[in-house]
Amino acid sequence: MLDFFLGHYAYWFTIILLCIGVYGILFKKNLIKKTIGLAILQISVVLYFVSIASKWDATVPVLNPDFPADQVANYLNPLPHTLMLTAIVVGVATLGVAFTLLLAIYNRYETLDEEELIEKLQ
Amino acid sequence: MIESHLPAYIALTFVLFSVLIPAFGLWRSELSQPLAVLGSGIAAAFSVYGFINYLNEGSIRYFFGGWEPPVGIEFVYDGLAGFFVLVINVVSFFVLIHSHHIAKREFPGKEMPYYALAMLMMLGFNGMILTGDLFNLYVFLEIASLSGYALIAIGEKQAPYAAFRYLIIGTAGGTLYLLGVGFLYTVTGTLNIIDMAAMLPMLYESNAVFAALILMIVGIGVKAALFPMHGWLPDSYTYASSVSTALIAPIGTKVAAYILFRVILWLFGLEITDAIAPLSYIVGVLACIGILYGSIMAIAQTEMKRMLAYSSVSQIGYIIMGLSLANPWGFAGALLHVLNHAIMKACLFMISGQMRLKEGHSDISRFDDSYRKKYPWTMASFSIAAISMIGLPPLAGFFSKWYLALGTIDNSNWLFLAVILISSLLNAVYFFRVLEKVYMMDPDKGQKEPKDGERNEPSASMLWPTGILAVSLIVIGFANAVIVGILLNIFPM
Amino acid sequence: MDLSLVPLLAILVSLVAVVPIMLSSAKPNLREFWTILAAVIKFGLVLTLLPVALQGDSVELHLVDLAPGIPLALKADPLGVYFAVIASGLWIFTSFYSIGYVRGAGEIKQTRYFASFAVCLSATIGIAFSANLITFLLFYEMLTVATYPLVIHNEKKEAINAGRKYLAFTLTAGLLLVAASALVYHYTGTLDFTPGGVFTDVELPHTAMLLLFILFLGAVGVKAGVMPIHGWLPAAMAAPTPVSALLHAVAVVKSGVFAITRVVGYVFGVDVMGDYGLNDILIVLAGFTIIVASLIAFAQDNLKRRLAYSTVGHLSYIVLGVALLTPTGMTGGIMHIAAHATMKITLFFCAGAIYVNLHRTEISNLDGIAKVMPWTMGAFVIGSMGLAGIPPINGFFSKWTLALGSLEGDMIIPVIILVVSGILNVGYFFPIIYRAYFKPGKGLEKYGEASPLMVVPIVITATLSVLFGLFPNLFFGFYDLAVDISLSLFNTAAP
Repeated sequence: MLDFFLGHYAYWFTIILLCIGVYGILFKKNLIKKTIGLAILQISVVLYFVSIASKWDATVPVLNPDFPADQVANYLNPLPHTLMLTAIVVGVATLGVAFTLLLAIYNRYETLDEEELIEKLQ
Repeated sequence: MIESHLPAYIALTFVLFSVLIPAFGLWRSELSQPLAVLGSGIAAAFSVYGFINYLNEGSIRYFFGGWEPPVGIEFVYDGLAGFFVLVINVVSFFVLIHSHHIAKREFPGKEMPYYALAMLMMLGFNGMILTGDLFNLYVFLEIASLSGYALIAIGEKQAPYAAFRYLIIGTAGGTLYLLGVGFLYTVTGTLNIIDMAAMLPMLYESNAVFAALILMIVGIGVKAALFPMHGWLPDSYTYASSVSTALIAPIGTKVAAYILFRVILWLFGLEITDAIAPLSYIVGVLACIGILYGSIMAIAQTEMKRMLAYSSVSQIGYIIMGLSLANPWGFAGALLHVLNHAIMKACLFMISGQMRLKEGHSDISRFDDSYRKKYPWTMASFSIAAISMIGLPPLAGFFSKWYLALGTIDNSNWLFLAVILISSLLNAVYFFRVLEKVYMMDPDKGQKEPKDGERNEPSASMLWPTGILAVSLIVIGFANAVIVGILLNIFPM
Repeated sequence: MDLSLVPLLAILVSLVAVVPIMLSSAKPNLREFWTILAAVIKFGLVLTLLPVALQGDSVELHLVDLAPGIPLALKADPLGVYFAVIASGLWIFTSFYSIGYVRGAGEIKQTRYFASFAVCLSATIGIAFSANLITFLLFYEMLTVATYPLVIHNEKKEAINAGRKYLAFTLTAGLLLVAASALVYHYTGTLDFTPGGVFTDVELPHTAMLLLFILFLGAVGVKAGVMPIHGWLPAAMAAPTPVSALLHAVAVVKSGVFAITRVVGYVFGVDVMGDYGLNDILIVLAGFTIIVASLIAFAQDNLKRRLAYSTVGHLSYIVLGVALLTPTGMTGGIMHIAAHATMKITLFFCAGAIYVNLHRTEISNLDGIAKVMPWTMGAFVIGSMGLAGIPPINGFFSKWTLALGSLEGDMIIPVIILVVSGILNVGYFFPIIYRAYFKPGKGLEKYGEASPLMVVPIVITATLSVLFGLFPNLFFGFYDLAVDISLSLFNTAAP
């Protein structure tokens, strides 16, 4: 049982982060905090991808004369990591757009609290 | 020669124009709209050509840089992708022609960023449809979404907040989709859809696959406004500028529906989808609830854009219901409805934009019979689109319902059949209400003064697109046997 | 001569006429000329099909495929031609009458009125000539939509509410028809109207068949005014009288009973109807409707509403005749389509003439009007006596045939219903005649007979009622047609 938890600790870590992110999105009233929750959610998925490709005692996937190409166990799978570079860029862009929108909201309503905002909208 | 590169050309056209528009737009802002029309026109021409080519020659797989999958990334131009690309590019072409005056009026001076973003969004949509790679799809999804958030934020005072809510829930959906892709990658080691589809049957009843499927359905369901994940849609469509709504509403949710088609029918196949739990039926039930909910909420609205937005929630339900039936008739009905609904909703949203331009509002309760005199052609187009939405033959809208009904009967799914029929009635309620206002004098107020009734049609750049779309509904109605014949061939099982 | 395009032309002629009617809205005389022209051409085209129909043949035309395997197809078979002759023939009279009526009553939006009327006639002829359910559905919905502007024509609150009620009933009916058609397609793979039915090779559980039949009944029963789904018809009397006359006595409601005939004879087939006991439902409903509608008619003081309930009752005569499933009963029912059409249109014309001339709509105000409107009231007497089944008017003939038909099927109750309802008919029409002829009138001095544009059609339709009563085969061979049709339905079932 313990092995199940310890053996997958990276996944549990991801799941906890994911839950924190979802919690932030759903229950935080401040729009900035919601945005932070969103960022945590994205990061949790990024970490998941990174963790699935990590390997002990392996090297970067550049052909090393010490390890022939058929000994795949000695090389990392680079693909998830590179994918996540893109995903991080997407996440940054999303945050950029989110903060731009928040600026626009703040300029118009002078608040970022969701409840106040809904009151002012009506 | 052109055929083999065609999938790339469609996407590249939008890349090119999303750069050209800022370049020329900074010099002369009034050039942006013609350039956007030109860009989407070229893409539409490619799509038409591509679809004809597909009919004659079959699918195209385009490997970027000559790297074959699973190493490289490919664009797959098969029947489903070709059909969706055709629909969205042709419809958006008309919407962009139409947008000229309204854009100038609703956000003067910001035309250049608007059209540049529109091109980027179209790039995202086309990329999502054409790509054969699940991660690539995510990237295009985010391109389309991010430019979509920005487009929605251009609008009324409440627009940024609506866009922000959409951003939060949309990005969360996108992230869940990505997590699902991660699961699939973990168990299959590939991201290519065709490659993965060949491997998944070996993982029948795998929990990881099941979890991935649920994550993907939820994530994409947000984008498709599948009930109960539709919350962002009504506000976004209502408060966004009329031109943005007219551009996004007809195609945005359809592209998300496309991903559901691709994932459920092509990638997983019905057997794996339903291996652990009857997921396709659950999705269908959600779609049904969405259909009824959207229709009822639409009846409760007086603001035309908001009514149409709720109607969109309901109509996307038809498409997803057809998908969940997973039989040839349901499939053909759903795809036909993609086409019909894109045309009808584009036409209706464009007309609501015209009303805002000419009358300064699109509040149905303030419509009266002087509109019939002032905008005879606009109102004629509106009537055709509305009657098609209700689903009276021989207009196009009837036939999608007809095939969906056949699909439900083939599955002996009486609940879904009843929902189709009831929601048609509800559609009739909220559309005839508008027609009644426009074509009849108010019995309490009497006839309006004649000076109100002078003809005041908008300019040709608005009249023609709505008119052509309305007429095309009649044409599709009579030509639907041909279209459905093609669609039935696309059905994968 | 190749006749295959004639059904299409007959449908299109009034649809095309909409364009010149709309364009000449500023010149009423020219506009009305187009209506009359279209009506005459349409009637002529339909008549060219009559000889073919009298030989028991059909003219078929396949247009585009509406759906894979389901063409948009027209088929002018004897039943269709029969119905088309009645509808298009009476349109000519109604057109003349309409001119007198709308001008006399100073109606608004006359162009819309004539245009919608033309579309309605296209739809009606389309219904008559439909070769399969989906073509039928197309024209059925077209009729619904085109009638709507006529129902709400005067745009008063009452009319608008009536319009909503009308749409609620008929659109629901249309959807039921969609469902029913889809089910038929699923079970049999065809939607064509086939004499003897399409279920001959298909075994269905009893409940499935029953549900399917109830779906159809809901779908076509609405327009046929079968109780309890008749509610829109009295409400639709808010429409101008010519509309009530042609549409709510001939075109729309007769499309309903025509559809029932199609469903019974050409979708289910008489054999299947009998085997599954489906006709019993129809007989009970029709009998109930006949009696109850006649009783309700008593309580109406508004002349048009009384006529409306009378229509509800008489439509069920036809349904009853069809449901008897005997050749003679079928003949009687089909004959009553024509008989009721000529008589009821006469009565509605009279009601309209009284309204335009005297501005009176309530029966209690009709005292003594026979003195000022002798021709109109004379025609009224003929029409009402015909409906009550008094010889030699054509209503008697069809009722007689109906009674024979039920005896042929060893059923006595339908005969009793017919007799009782005949008495009730006398009961609710006689007070009107009594008031008009024998009570002294008030305030009638300055009035005379209505405009000739209205009186002449009235007299002609009344005369036709008498002539068809005396010579059922006059002009068009209606009786022969009816016999042929019913025999064709039963002969296919025999082997």
